Amino acid sequence: MINKLVLENLKARWVRTFLSALVVGVQVMSILTLIGLSDGLLEQSANRAKGSGADIFLKPGAQNTFSLSSGQVLQKFVPLVAKQPHVAAAVPVLIVPVQVVTSMNGVDLTELERVTGRIRFLEGGPPKGLDDLLVDEYYAKQNKVRVGRTVRMLNHDWRVCGVIPAGLLGRFIVPLQRLQQLTGNAEPARISQILIKLDDPALVNQEVEYLNQLLKGNLQAISMSAFVSQFSMNSIPELKAFVGVITVISVVVGFLVVFLSMYTAVVERTREIGILKALGAKPLTILDILVREAIILAILGWIIGLGLSFAAKTIVMTFLPASLPVVTVPDWWPIAAAIAIVGALLGAVYPGLKAARQDAIEALAYE
Amino acid sequence: MVSAEKSSGLEMIRVRGLTKTYHAGDVDVHALRGVDLDVARGEFLAIIGPSGSGKSTLFNILGGLTPPTDGQVWIDGVDLRGLSESQRTEMRQRKIGFVFQKYNLLPTLTARDNIALAQNLSHRNAPPPGFDEILQMLGIKDRLGRRPRALSGGEQQRVAIARALVTQPAILLADEPTGNLDTENSVAVLNILRDLNMRNRQTILMITHNPEAAAYADRIVAIRDGEMHDA
Repeated sequence: MINKLVLENLKARWVRTFLSALVVGVQVMSILTLIGLSDGLLEQSANRAKGSGADIFLKPGAQNTFSLSSGQVLQKFVPLVAKQPHVAAAVPVLIVPVQVVTSMNGVDLTELERVTGRIRFLEGGPPKGLDDLLVDEYYAKQNKVRVGRTVRMLNHDWRVCGVIPAGLLGRFIVPLQRLQQLTGNAEPARISQILIKLDDPALVNQEVEYLNQLLKGNLQAISMSAFVSQFSMNSIPELKAFVGVITVISVVVGFLVVFLSMYTAVVERTREIGILKALGAKPLTILDILVREAIILAILGWIIGLGLSFAAKTIVMTFLPASLPVVTVPDWWPIAAAIAIVGALLGAVYPGLKAARQDAIEALAYE
Repeated sequence: MVSAEKSSGLEMIRVRGLTKTYHAGDVDVHALRGVDLDVARGEFLAIIGPSGSGKSTLFNILGGLTPPTDGQVWIDGVDLRGLSESQRTEMRQRKIGFVFQKYNLLPTLTARDNIALAQNLSHRNAPPPGFDEILQMLGIKDRLGRRPRALSGGEQQRVAIARALVTQPAILLADEPTGNLDTENSVAVLNILRDLNMRNRQTILMITHNPEAAAYADRIVAIRDGEMHDA
């Protein structure tokens, strides 16, 4: 019967119920979309790393996986690595950030094909000059870029020479030499990492160990599988902190929305609370009613939020697939529900206690 | 002062030396000044008095909604003195049925659910035996699916009476039950209260300022300036 009373209360004030649930839903959507975006970016980076076809990455010693954005590795290491036993190819890559979450990769395409195998072009072909630029299909679609068009990046005009499938090394690929010149990494020639292809992929662990001994901490060798496994939120303290902040904000928003909704409901229903008390409802029963209302608001908000997050993903992936890759993260659905419920419960506590403490006679006299 | 008297157990309500003082700022308002009252089992008693006489305060104390400042009250043999709020709530669940002037039905629930909620709050799984006949007598059986706003004032008050009776209370406390009704509905409600009292031996204590309504009771007492007088 109490459940029926709760549902009827919510139905009777359906506009407020809907608006409260909607705001909770927006909060849920924000969490899921941001998590989806974070995971999307990480997944995309991992896919690109895998798409390179390398067996081993060589990167600056003691450097974070996600700090490959400048030339910290002297290119002179490349011939040394290339002549080691079982190394079929060693390809230098310079990675330079060009947009908020996008980088430009400088690499010799012929060299790269020794690692990736033959590159497939959706349009156009390989660079013929130093100012030629390859873009991936998402960037081309989002920006309606065709072969032959000029694109300005890093204060430099690039001619789009080809469109490649997404997931190959990076969104933008240009000749290494020109990128080194534009970013001050030409003298001495510096790069971000070296991609290594082995003649026998089964020797990866052995070669990682061997290279690490050889390079004595100047460079760190890491296998593809180990490298890809680092593309998770747990490996990035800054991202974890960001998600933590978003979670706290969401709880606060949920708390405020439900607090306001419940507080108004308690004031509006003062007389009803008096009636319930006269009928023998204990303070805990009154609190229980409001807590159940808050939980239902949170669950409704969560359902709305799930729907909104799918809508947001669809919109983002339709219009900004290159800039903001969003993925669905079902693991976060129960977490988002818990966040919504915690916010709602916190919001229901004060109004609930106020209602529970309400004097029955004063409440019955309330007009 | 509290006397050491005990309830004989024969009365449904026994009140001795009841006082209630409200503090309004620096001023003490003495709403009740040493009230003594006995209501026998199965009695229909009307308490009549003008506004501000203390009758509503007496109603609230007898209903366990507020504690007295001093004095003793026994309801069905239970001494209200020293009961905590939680214990008074339980006493209300078990022994008291309220009928208010403004009906006080929950607007979001149907008449049936209003009655069921009272039953649920008193931890009863089903209406008491014979409750169907009470609904029949109240004439609301075909109105149970409606919400209060779809009922007339008289119908709402009859639903409120049904809600009060579903817990099989020892006492039915009615505060101005006809105060918001027209003459025809007032007569109907008063006849129902009298029938309940006569057929079911339901103890009823009715507060009213209307002598015509009070005339339906077995006995009338008057309250003036917080003191009881024979009517």
